[in-house]
Amino acid sequence: MLAFLWRRIVSSALPLLVVILGVFFLARLTGDPANLYLPLSATPEMRAEFAARNGFDQPVVVQFFDYLGQIARLDFGESLRTAQPAAQAVLQAFPATLQLAGTTMLIAIVAAVVIGSLAAYRPNSLADRAASLLSSTSASVPDFWFAIMLVLVFSVTLNWLPTSGTDGTAAWVLPILTLLIRPFGVLVQVVRGSMVSALSAPYTKVARSKGADEKRVIFGHALRNAAAPALTVAGDLTVSMINGAVVVETIFGWPGIGKLMIDSILERDFAVLQAAVLLTALTIFALNILIDVCYALLDARVRQGVTA
Amino acid sequence: MSTTREAAPPSGAAAMEVDRLSVDVRTPEGTAHVVRDVSFTVRSGETLALLGESGCGKSMTAQAVAGFLEPVADVVGGEIRLNGSDLLALSAAARRRLAGPGLAIVFQDALTALNPVFTVGTQLAEPFRIHERLSRKAAKAKAVELMERVGIPEPRSRVDAYPHQFSGGMRQRLLIAMAVALRPSVLIADEPTTALDVTVQAQIMELLHDLRAEQDTALVLITHDLAVAAEHADHVAVMYAGSVVEAGPVGDVFADPRHPYTRGLLDSVPGSRNRGEPLRFIPGNPPDLRAVPTGCAFRTRCPIAREDCATHRPELSETGLGRAAACHYWKEAAHA
Repeated sequence: MLAFLWRRIVSSALPLLVVILGVFFLARLTGDPANLYLPLSATPEMRAEFAARNGFDQPVVVQFFDYLGQIARLDFGESLRTAQPAAQAVLQAFPATLQLAGTTMLIAIVAAVVIGSLAAYRPNSLADRAASLLSSTSASVPDFWFAIMLVLVFSVTLNWLPTSGTDGTAAWVLPILTLLIRPFGVLVQVVRGSMVSALSAPYTKVARSKGADEKRVIFGHALRNAAAPALTVAGDLTVSMINGAVVVETIFGWPGIGKLMIDSILERDFAVLQAAVLLTALTIFALNILIDVCYALLDARVRQGVTA
Repeated sequence: MSTTREAAPPSGAAAMEVDRLSVDVRTPEGTAHVVRDVSFTVRSGETLALLGESGCGKSMTAQAVAGFLEPVADVVGGEIRLNGSDLLALSAAARRRLAGPGLAIVFQDALTALNPVFTVGTQLAEPFRIHERLSRKAAKAKAVELMERVGIPEPRSRVDAYPHQFSGGMRQRLLIAMAVALRPSVLIADEPTTALDVTVQAQIMELLHDLRAEQDTALVLITHDLAVAAEHADHVAVMYAGSVVEAGPVGDVFADPRHPYTRGLLDSVPGSRNRGEPLRFIPGNPPDLRAVPTGCAFRTRCPIAREDCATHRPELSETGLGRAAACHYWKEAAHA
């Protein structure tokens, strides 16, 4: 298991380097920060002084290697905007995103397992068709439109829920609903599909022949077999949720990493942007490794490297 | 092994009686009567072979008896009495309580019938956990015992292995172990050896044979293999197009078949009785079960069919001591 983990970590190193490289150079294409941070009337001397203070006077390649050296010492630079260490800015914003994404995924997985299993239990029954309609609608609604509709109905018209912010449970409802719809819809379909095949597999008949009740058959025998495909998709959805936090955090003014990224792009706050992307990428790599570990725990055949 | 069972008379009471069981399957092209008025009895310590070609309804009969019909299939008539009580009248929960100690089944596909994500120990322990509410530890000890009983080497270290680490024959042994865990009064074995090599087949049949004797179980052996039936069964019920066409002690039926279908089957097997002759076969194919011929289902392929075979369906009726055949002209069939 340790060797397996180590292999995965090593193989993640190169893509991570590509991410760092990409963000570093792309960020610098957004323009010269001096135009934003200095008054229009700034003299060339003031501009040169600003560039020298922030290291922008060096050739970009030199800047990049300096940056790599800093990362190696866990120094992520300072925010141009607030002079706060970039790492601090990112770490302050990240928990808000993780809480939102984590809560949403938890709800999505639990709801999808229950609804998907019930639908799969009697294929083509009324319950199955209802679940199918609900999930395909849910998976296809554009989230930004849904978010705005939610605000319109529940905040503006009914005045039940706040439009933005993080104060109190009520503030969580609309962002979670917005983030929830797509993962929920997709997961219901995946869970249903893999549960239909697990429930018709010979081993479920054998379980029944031992006197196992339906709860044990569905949630004991079938679900564990059906878990792998659902887990793959859930991992993928979590990744896109962390990335997609940008939309929801912007609409609901949620102080998470998505909003921080957008702000730092607009402000050409390179250090913060780079740190935010790096942390997100690390999280995604960690998540993928976690999913692989889950596979191995769920199925001995993965652990032992057996195919089929 | 149990002392109370040893006191019971050998080949004692009827452990299971199936009486006029009928099963329909709904298909897009109409209803198929896959099992029609099937009756048989099996006694403790005795083996009954349900013999027939694929599609004759023998597996469907087994599934109906065990309570595992697919949703498109329904029992539309008859009774299944296990030690006197009618299974079809029981609630789902009451049937579950009998699944294991009362009635157990060994499925045909040994390779996929074990759950790939659980250790074999966990799966073998399950009957004890469900029915006897044993602790994990006690149930696992029972699992090791079971593995030993069905001849799995090194059970103590193998109990934590997964199904894919066992060969096909060993997996079938594990399935049999699971089925006999709670010493069922009736054990149904649905083509228990089809997925296995010939040498392994013989070992598995021997194991079933020994367990039956040891536990005084009534064994229902579903098979298409005449040799398996001849070697391992006491009684045989030959099925054709969803019905039992002939029944009786296996030696008598095979030596002196009294239904033209049974005779045709036996003639199509190379052996001493037809040495030197070209091998015979039954012309035609079994009927589509959605459109079975009127009267006798076999008449379209029968060498001795007459006009009234098309108008009167022959009942399974006595033709001798413990023997029955469903043919108006069984006397001719016997001497043809």
